[in-house]
Amino acid sequence: MSLKVIGKARRRVDGRAKVTGLTKFADDIVLPRMVHCRLLRSPHPHADILDINVEKAQRHPGVHLVLTGKDFPITFGIMPVAQDEYPLANGRVRYVGDPIAAVIAKDEQTATEALHLVEVKFKVLKTITDPEEALQNPEPRIHDYGERGNIHRIQSYEFGDVAEALAKSDHVFDDLFFYEGNTHLPIEQHASVAAPDGEGKLTLWSSTQVPHYIHRALARALQMPAAHIRVIACPNGGGFGGKCDLHNHEIVVSRAALKLGRPVKICLNREEVFYMHRGRHPVLMRMRTGVTKDGKLTGMHVQTLLDGGGYGGYGAASTFYTGVLQTVTYELPRYKFDACRTFTNKPPCGPKRGHGTPQPRFGQEVQLDKIAAKLKLDPAELRLGIVAKPNSLTANWLKIGTIGLAECIRQVVARSDWKNRYAKLPSGRGIGLACSSYLSGAGLPIYWNKMPHSGVQLLADRSGQVTVFCGATEIGQGSDDVLAAMVAEVLGMDPYDIRCVTGDTALTPVDLGSYSSRVTVMMGNAAIQAAEKLKAQIAEAAAEQLEVIPDRMVFSQGRVFVPSDSNKSISFREAVEFAETKFGTLGAVGSYAPPRAPGRYKGAGVGPSPAYSYSACVVEVEVDKATGWIAVPKIWIAHDIGRTVNPVLARGQVEGSVYMGLAEALMEEQVFRRLPPKMSHALVHKIPSLLEYKSPTSLDMPEVDTILVEDPDPNCPFGAKEAGQGPLLPVMPAVANAIFDAVGVRIDELPITPDKILKALELKAKGKPPRVGPESFPAVPYPQPIFVAPPWEGGDGKETKRNDAAAVV
Amino acid sequence: MAAVPDRVHLNFLVNGEEAPVSFAPYKTLLEVLREDLNLTGTKHGCELGECGACAVLIDGEPQLSCLALGVECEGKRIETVEGLANGATLHPLQEAFADLGAAQCGYCTPGILMTAKALLDKDLHVNREQIKEAISGNLCRCTGYQQIFEAIEEAARRMKP
Repeated sequence: MSLKVIGKARRRVDGRAKVTGLTKFADDIVLPRMVHCRLLRSPHPHADILDINVEKAQRHPGVHLVLTGKDFPITFGIMPVAQDEYPLANGRVRYVGDPIAAVIAKDEQTATEALHLVEVKFKVLKTITDPEEALQNPEPRIHDYGERGNIHRIQSYEFGDVAEALAKSDHVFDDLFFYEGNTHLPIEQHASVAAPDGEGKLTLWSSTQVPHYIHRALARALQMPAAHIRVIACPNGGGFGGKCDLHNHEIVVSRAALKLGRPVKICLNREEVFYMHRGRHPVLMRMRTGVTKDGKLTGMHVQTLLDGGGYGGYGAASTFYTGVLQTVTYELPRYKFDACRTFTNKPPCGPKRGHGTPQPRFGQEVQLDKIAAKLKLDPAELRLGIVAKPNSLTANWLKIGTIGLAECIRQVVARSDWKNRYAKLPSGRGIGLACSSYLSGAGLPIYWNKMPHSGVQLLADRSGQVTVFCGATEIGQGSDDVLAAMVAEVLGMDPYDIRCVTGDTALTPVDLGSYSSRVTVMMGNAAIQAAEKLKAQIAEAAAEQLEVIPDRMVFSQGRVFVPSDSNKSISFREAVEFAETKFGTLGAVGSYAPPRAPGRYKGAGVGPSPAYSYSACVVEVEVDKATGWIAVPKIWIAHDIGRTVNPVLARGQVEGSVYMGLAEALMEEQVFRRLPPKMSHALVHKIPSLLEYKSPTSLDMPEVDTILVEDPDPNCPFGAKEAGQGPLLPVMPAVANAIFDAVGVRIDELPITPDKILKALELKAKGKPPRVGPESFPAVPYPQPIFVAPPWEGGDGKETKRNDAAAVV
Repeated sequence: MAAVPDRVHLNFLVNGEEAPVSFAPYKTLLEVLREDLNLTGTKHGCELGECGACAVLIDGEPQLSCLALGVECEGKRIETVEGLANGATLHPLQEAFADLGAAQCGYCTPGILMTAKALLDKDLHVNREQIKEAISGNLCRCTGYQQIFEAIEEAARRMKP
């Protein structure tokens, strides 16, 4: 297959707009008669609202409307299983920052003034601070749904008898890890503009990654037909998962615009973005892994405890993701995971880049480093010896396609001169290695249906122009560029000649959104299908004119021709004209849904993907033993991308992931503190500002050597897998492993900061175990596991009684 | 005490053009540019001087427009991303940023472009360390900065006579 567009380094199709300031983000939208909304947010982490008086606010000059919980009787939530939020609090607030009232005024200044005039009487309730408190205190319940007490979700799955596997192992490693929460920190603050159109229907422009889900959820929240709502996802100024939820403000401005009959805008300030959060869950983990003396895994038992914050959000999915993907990287005969998510009175957690999987990945890869050290094996060799097999099933019934992981490991090992440097650098310097894998799109949508996950519609006319419509959302990753590239490749066009219309629920076919690294695979496959249909029509008409058979027509460089006959060649525009003459108005649609996953047990829907990407990473560190300061001079990363659509963008996704992973390893933490008792004793964000919430600047970022490994996957468009999330995952454990190589201490929790290094070095000097990390795992009432026999133990993918499985073996 | 006027009327000089504008006197330059002059190319990420997204050039120097009051800027030369291209011809920085992947979501891009312009206006012979230093006040969450460094270096190469 000779590809003309795919794989070539190009300027992205929307590149010019992004460097001229012409890309229209949500807050750049200005409409006539537009008024502005600000939200009053709770100063208490947990309280009942006894009374709200908005009279003074309503009388404030310039105020058009004040809304409270009374205006929003219906709950909402992005997942059908968690309809637990009100757009404005309905009697109860559950975290500092929970919205209570909205003021819509002539400008932001006036709205802000009026917020101070809203009088709220609270009855403060006991605060649940963290998961351990949540487990110990079933009362007061933060929500009246969930498993029980303050447990939101609790579950257990076992694939083969893990206790037996561990008992028969040469060694069992039992480690605790903790991964602190952190947040997305998109530079664009969330903004939305809602406006009624001439017919009284609603349009919402928003910084959202998921316009289709917002469309559905908004119809319910506003009790309006979806046909009367149009959601337009503006290009996002960074998403990273933080713009995947339906947010309170999106519903509030929609309701306000309908009530006032005029456009209403909101743009959150930076502090509000920190409090709205929906980011990385803090997760405490226990990992027990059995190995043979030559370094093969025999079984693994993972337990996770998630701090969910005040609402459900995507938390049910996040909980699963802390457990389901441990099996797709290495051969693992038996596997068990227990997961529990608790409610706490903090901003809700949700999906951030890697959704639920970076936390256990950190533990898994650090533990592998410990295993290698104990068995006196090279960590790279250990991993090369256990890489999962292509075209195989995992213990938990996930179907793996291609795996470029071994090549990724070999690449980073060679480029970093690993063999001459690992365990051989002078004290204070070290290198560490880790691997990972990730979804190329979630196998199921967040609400149950059998419809396409992505739809693409193509329009071509006699002018020779081609317009492609798709609900996919550009969040910086290059969604529009992938769409144009796929269509251009099939039709032999220049991608810049294709017009993309995306992320608009009124105009574009449904695409589920920019999350779970699904866009390239799902939208790409749908686009190819649509383009092939259109191509067939054009080829048939052109062939008729040129008196050849359609199969001989080649589409390339804007022409349609027979390669062997220079007389049989017409321009693409002429060919379209013939096709429009022959068939009438031209159009084609394509759609895509992932293949059905083999797992048949309840819960098998989380984890399957059309393809898994793989990454390997080596990090070099220099640790100052006097100060604990950690410097990272260089990172090598190899990513199994299947096939590269545009190397410029693919490299950007990989390096952006490395950046964010490094930030999580060393700096970022969404942490809370108590205000003094004489104030409110409230649980507030410790550092809700871009200055204090540390993220790497240009001066902190090391050189990154990026290698794209291509092993095209047959499920993927031209073989292309994801690149936007997977390469984040190995960075944090590679940093931790490098620190061990440098100074011989284990930091089993993130972020790794100089004070933790110093503490570990001090322990080492005293002859104690040189480790800093969690010391205990609380008693969590995990249920009896759902037992499923792995494929190689005669299972059929369904839940079974343990004894039945044993009988089959 | 003199009464504070509801609005002030000033003549700005933006991107080489005179721009008469009336605005509330508490407004920052950022707000005047975006809200009163409709120059929404300049972005905001914090409005507290922390992220660098709102950087513009004031008399050739990169400044955070969220920390400058509009009333301070009368008579000063203000340059924004909208004035970077020469008609339809992109500035070499814009060309290089677009070609080399220096703009992913594009939100921090205008601020970084203007900061980089100030750097290259002074000296085209900049090394990697000087580039890192110059844009260290501009946060980017997408790229990991590598492709931004390379784009600025490439633009400097293209701009050398």
